[in-house]
Amino acid sequence: MRNLLIFLWRYNFFIFFLLLEACCIYLIAQNNHFQRAAFVNSSNRIAAKVNSGVSAVTDYINLRETNEGLARQNAALKSLLPGVYYIDSVNRSHVKDTLRKQQYEFMVARVVNNSVNRRNNYLTLDRGSLQGVHPEMGVISADGIVGIVKDVSPHYCSVMSFLHKDSRVSARIKKNGFIGSMVWEGYDAQFAALKDIAKHVKLAKGDTIVTSSFSAIFPEGIMIGTVDFVDANTGNNFQDIRIRLSTRFGSLSYVYLVDNLMKDEQLKLEAKQTQ
Amino acid sequence: MIVQLIQNAVRFLLLVFLQVVLLNHIQWSGFVNPYVYLLFILLLPVETPKGLLLVLGFVTGLVIDMFGNSGGLHAAATVAVAFARPGILRLLAPRDGYEAEMRLVPQTMGLKWFATYLVLMTFIHHFVLFYLEVFRFSEFFLTFFKVLLNVGISVLLMIMGQYLFGRAVNRNERILG
Repeated sequence: MRNLLIFLWRYNFFIFFLLLEACCIYLIAQNNHFQRAAFVNSSNRIAAKVNSGVSAVTDYINLRETNEGLARQNAALKSLLPGVYYIDSVNRSHVKDTLRKQQYEFMVARVVNNSVNRRNNYLTLDRGSLQGVHPEMGVISADGIVGIVKDVSPHYCSVMSFLHKDSRVSARIKKNGFIGSMVWEGYDAQFAALKDIAKHVKLAKGDTIVTSSFSAIFPEGIMIGTVDFVDANTGNNFQDIRIRLSTRFGSLSYVYLVDNLMKDEQLKLEAKQTQ
Repeated sequence: MIVQLIQNAVRFLLLVFLQVVLLNHIQWSGFVNPYVYLLFILLLPVETPKGLLLVLGFVTGLVIDMFGNSGGLHAAATVAVAFARPGILRLLAPRDGYEAEMRLVPQTMGLKWFATYLVLMTFIHHFVLFYLEVFRFSEFFLTFFKVLLNVGISVLLMIMGQYLFGRAVNRNERILG
C-alpha cells in the first residue's frame, strides 16, 4: 500500500494527465452515442446565443441566395404535395377516394450553426422541444436531405449532418428502383458514395438518386443527388459510385424538420418480427 | 503577478472569441480549419505549475468543444499539448536555461526558437485532434496530409498574430535566434 502511494506520488503528473484524457475520451464516446444527455454541446444557452449572433451576420450576407432558394422551394413544394399524404383508402371501395390521412408534418427552422469541414459534422437549429421537435426527426432542405435530429433543448436542437461518419441513408435509383445505401466518406462536402449496388445495374452520369421508402425518418422520393462517376471494375460484387450531393451544405440557412406521424407504429410492428 | 494573471485571462478570452466567431467558420475546400486557441497554453509563463497547465488545457479545450459540438475532442488534444509542454521546453531550453519570468514570445526568444516551439506543439495538438476525430486507420494518409497542412496554416497565423498584436518587448532583452 505504501509502495503504491509512493508510486502514485512520483508519477502524479502523468497520472493526472491520464485521468484528464480518460475524461475527454469518455465525453467523446458519449457524444457519439446517438441519444445521449450530454451537456457539452451547442444546445446550451451561451454557446447557442453566440452562434445565433454569428449566424445573424452570415444570414444577412446570404439573403439574396436565401430568397432564391425559398422561391425554388415553393415551386418544389407544390409538386411534392401529393406525396406528403398517406392514402389509407387503397383496396377499400366503400371509403371515398378523397379521404386521406396525413403522414408527414413539416416545420421550418433556421440554421444557427453549421460545419462541413470536419469528419463528423453537426448543425444547430433554432427549434426545440417547445415547438415539438424530438430526436430522430429527419431534416431536409429545398435541395435535398440534410441530417437527423440528435439532441433537443427547449429552444434549440442539434442535428447530426449527413456529412458524418455514422450516417447511412437508404437510397433508391429513380429510373430503375434499385436500392442502395448512401454514406459519406469524408473530405468533400459535395460528394458521397452509394454502396451495395450490384454490377448488373446500369447507371449513367446524371441519374437521379432519391430516398427510398425503407426509412422511417425521411419521406420517400426526397432528392439526394445525381450520379457523378461510376466504376464497375471493382474487386467485389458491387460498383463504386460517386454521387454529387444536391444539398449545398456550405450555404444552408433554412431547413425543414420532418415528423413522421406513423413512425412509432411502423417501428413497433417491425420490432415484433425480430423477437 | 497580477499583471500576468490579467494578461493571460485577456489572452484566453480573445483567442477563444477569435476561434469561435471567425476561425471555426472558415470552410475552405474541406481541408483547412486553423486552430489558434492553443496559443493560450503555449504562451503561459515558464514557471506555471505542471498540474495547473493540465487543468487549464482541459478547460480551454472544453470551452471550444462547447461551441463546436465535438464532445471532448479539443479537450483531449489540448490536454496532450499541456502534458507535452514541460518536456518540449526542456528539449528546446537555451544554453543558460530559462530566466525567471522570461516571456515565451519571439521578441525575447528569437523567431527561430519560437517557430520550432510552435510547430512541435501544434503538430502534437493537430495530430491528436484529427486522428481522434477520424478514429480509424483506413484514412491514415489523407488525415496525415490534413494534419500537416493545418499545422502550417495555424503556425503561420499564430506567428503573424504574435507580431501584430503581441506587445513588443524592450530591445535590450532580445536574444538573437
